[in-house]
Amino acid sequence: MDLSAVIFIEILYAVASLIMISAGLAVVFGMMKVINLAHGEFMMMGGYTTITAVNLGVNVFVAMLIIAPLIVGLIGLVVERLVIRHLYGRLIDTMLATWGLSLFFIGIVTMIFGNTTTGISTPIPGFTVGNYQINGYNFFIILVAIALVILLYAVLKGTRAGLIARGTMQRPDMAASLGYSPDRIYMATFFCGSALSGLAGAVLAPLVGLVPTSGAAYIAKAFITVIAGGPSLIAGLVSSSTVFGIISQTFSFAVSPVMGEVALLVAAVVLLRLLPQGVTGKFFKGKL
Amino acid sequence: MQGSMSKDVMTTLVVSAALIWALPLMVSTYTLTILIIYGMLGLSLGLIWGFGGIICFGQAAYFGLGAYTYAIAAINFGESTIPMLLAVIVPAIFAALLGLMMFYGRLTDVYLGVITLVVMLILFKFINSTAGPQYVIGNARLGGYNGIPGFQTLNVPGDPSAYIWGDAYFYVCAVMLALVFILVSALLRSSFGRIAVGIRENETRMSLMGYDIRARKTILFSIGAAIAGLAGALFANWSEIVTPSLFSLRQSAEIIIWCIVGGFSNRVGPIFGAAGLAYIKILLGQQSMVDNTLIMGIILVVFVLFLPKGLVPAVAELWNISFGRRKRGASRSGRRVRNRGKANG
Amino acid sequence: MAEIVLETQGLTMRFGGVVAANNVDFTLHARELRCLIGPNGAGKSTFFKCVTGLQTPTEGQVFMRGEETTQWMSHEIASLGVGIKTQNPNVLDSLSVFENIWLAARRFHTPIEANRKSQEIIERLALSSIARADLGQLAHGERQRVELGLVAVGDPWLVLLDEPAAGMSAEDVERMTEIIHELNKSAAIVIVEHDMQFIRSIAENVTVFHQGSVLMEDHVDLVMADQTVRNVYLGKKA
Repeated sequence: MDLSAVIFIEILYAVASLIMISAGLAVVFGMMKVINLAHGEFMMMGGYTTITAVNLGVNVFVAMLIIAPLIVGLIGLVVERLVIRHLYGRLIDTMLATWGLSLFFIGIVTMIFGNTTTGISTPIPGFTVGNYQINGYNFFIILVAIALVILLYAVLKGTRAGLIARGTMQRPDMAASLGYSPDRIYMATFFCGSALSGLAGAVLAPLVGLVPTSGAAYIAKAFITVIAGGPSLIAGLVSSSTVFGIISQTFSFAVSPVMGEVALLVAAVVLLRLLPQGVTGKFFKGKL
Repeated sequence: MQGSMSKDVMTTLVVSAALIWALPLMVSTYTLTILIIYGMLGLSLGLIWGFGGIICFGQAAYFGLGAYTYAIAAINFGESTIPMLLAVIVPAIFAALLGLMMFYGRLTDVYLGVITLVVMLILFKFINSTAGPQYVIGNARLGGYNGIPGFQTLNVPGDPSAYIWGDAYFYVCAVMLALVFILVSALLRSSFGRIAVGIRENETRMSLMGYDIRARKTILFSIGAAIAGLAGALFANWSEIVTPSLFSLRQSAEIIIWCIVGGFSNRVGPIFGAAGLAYIKILLGQQSMVDNTLIMGIILVVFVLFLPKGLVPAVAELWNISFGRRKRGASRSGRRVRNRGKANG
Repeated sequence: MAEIVLETQGLTMRFGGVVAANNVDFTLHARELRCLIGPNGAGKSTFFKCVTGLQTPTEGQVFMRGEETTQWMSHEIASLGVGIKTQNPNVLDSLSVFENIWLAARRFHTPIEANRKSQEIIERLALSSIARADLGQLAHGERQRVELGLVAVGDPWLVLLDEPAAGMSAEDVERMTEIIHELNKSAAIVIVEHDMQFIRSIAENVTVFHQGSVLMEDHVDLVMADQTVRNVYLGKKA
């Protein structure tokens, strides 16, 4: 009984962290059809921002939930203006340019913070269920992920900005002819996407030892989750995170954490082979 | 395209002979060897991506596979001839199987990118986790993140005690690259190569003409992997150790950067891009002012933004304009870029 | 009666709840020339895609020269000796006219034979002056003509054309008509077309599609005179 509760929570946590990791990338890909391969580095910078802020005496939750998203969002804004906007509509070229950016950010952060591991401690204590120790912070991540999905849905479905954004997502030319500048919408979207990446990096930072190359650990998972999710933003994000989260966590328990990661990757290959347009290319069609 | 093959071979032989003679006067053969190996690796991606339109983000997988195959086989056989052959064959078969799965599933552009990347990561994760003593193939321990050291390096075929190393190894690698280059040229001139370019341009049209694009892409992908595997085996001999970092994301990124900088859709671009950038990286490695990765990143961004065709085509165009030999050159390559964008979109 | 080269039985294509082609029975004899007409969304293009292997029908069967090709892919169908031209000019933009046609010829001939064959087609279609030009530089009408060259160079016994005259000048259309008649000497031809004038100038027999089904199949003059067909085209209830 205790064990199954623990396993359930662990699986929930795995799904939640996949959602966190992928949300920023999903927003940018879903809205702009741009794959930002510097996404992992945006997360890494979110982590560094948090640690720096905490070391300067800022409350850890303020640092994670407000400062990190803002700073990384602003970095994203600069990147969008300088690089990405010249490459809209050229999917592969944007991937290559953002891959270049990712190397650039790794280099910069290495020069500033050095090639050493830094970290902060988890701000929430753990507790035990029967014989098992559970990390209390995992609950926090699950909550943040749920809040994030609800917020995304509410913004896209309920607000004027969300409506304009959805319109642009479907038909950029139509939105433009109605007087909404796609340029500005894309700019705003990229800011939001980057801020989400920063948030994810910040929230996950207490769980990992941070190095400048930490981003590489996230980008592949995020990339796979988003592509496997398919065209619908939220439905795709949640469904593919769920599938991959369950598979990887099950294999982690049954075999080893490494096999969990490998199982996730193999599942991605199989999934894309069976559903070349992603999960929501076939199911939940036309949903958000 | 219509020029004669023998002229092509002659040019290649003359130019490579000149380079093989001249370059060691300026750079050590030890450094040159690795530049040549990277050139071959760049060529392997240039062939499948530039001419075949196959977006591969995980070319390092076949490089690493070639290197590991060589190392494992060399330990088991105690000589180098069969391991060299295996290092070409194993990646080719692996890529053919992967290609069968991808191309017969009608996966294209970004999805190809994902799958090739993911497969590379699987290999990386797997090899990284094989530190335990239970992971052995024959006499060879896989060694996990420590890699495999101490295997038999290249020897004269039939005589395992006659090692080929130092300057001699440089000449072997240089000749290998020249041979691969000639083979690639011949391939591109053949019907198979011309059909491959047709497929890059318009898959639907080619299949309406009656060509089985799935089979042809699989074969081309496999040839690219074979060349990358050969480069991997040569690398293993050069470094005398193989580690999981051969499969890493960064290694794959570098291969793509080489090709972008040199130019994808020509044979020499990826080779010079690889050798040139690798050399710059070695020079940069000797200073500690600016981080190496940072510079590579800037180079990639700048090239994608300002010179998406790469250096070699740009220089060729400049040459054509300055010396008045306008054989369709300018307008033609101008459209190439547009096509690349379209194929990507 | 001549040999049947193309036949469909109960061909049906559904997209979700929409039935784009409904139970279509179609027969074409050797060296026949048939036009498929009908208003937008009548199912002509869906029928065309199912027959050419670009889509697999939900139900029903397709036969070519008696062989079932329902599940075949485009390249297998083309390899039988079926020439296919899709709606928009579908050519290899960065290659020259000669290279385009050579690639089509190479599928059925040795390289040297393909050279000869390509030259021949280029002369026949009056493309010699632009043989070295890249397709991307050519005008719409020329691109359409090159694509017919790609179809013709394989010596097909069945030719399937989707709107070959779309967006062409009167002069281009006239030339296209000649080429189609020339092809028709050795091949059966199916043309999906909107332009009634063009249809009158080339076809005798016409199949009218409406709401996914075959509404009528007869000589072009009789079809044109038919009140139901007129109503369909004018948008009245049939």
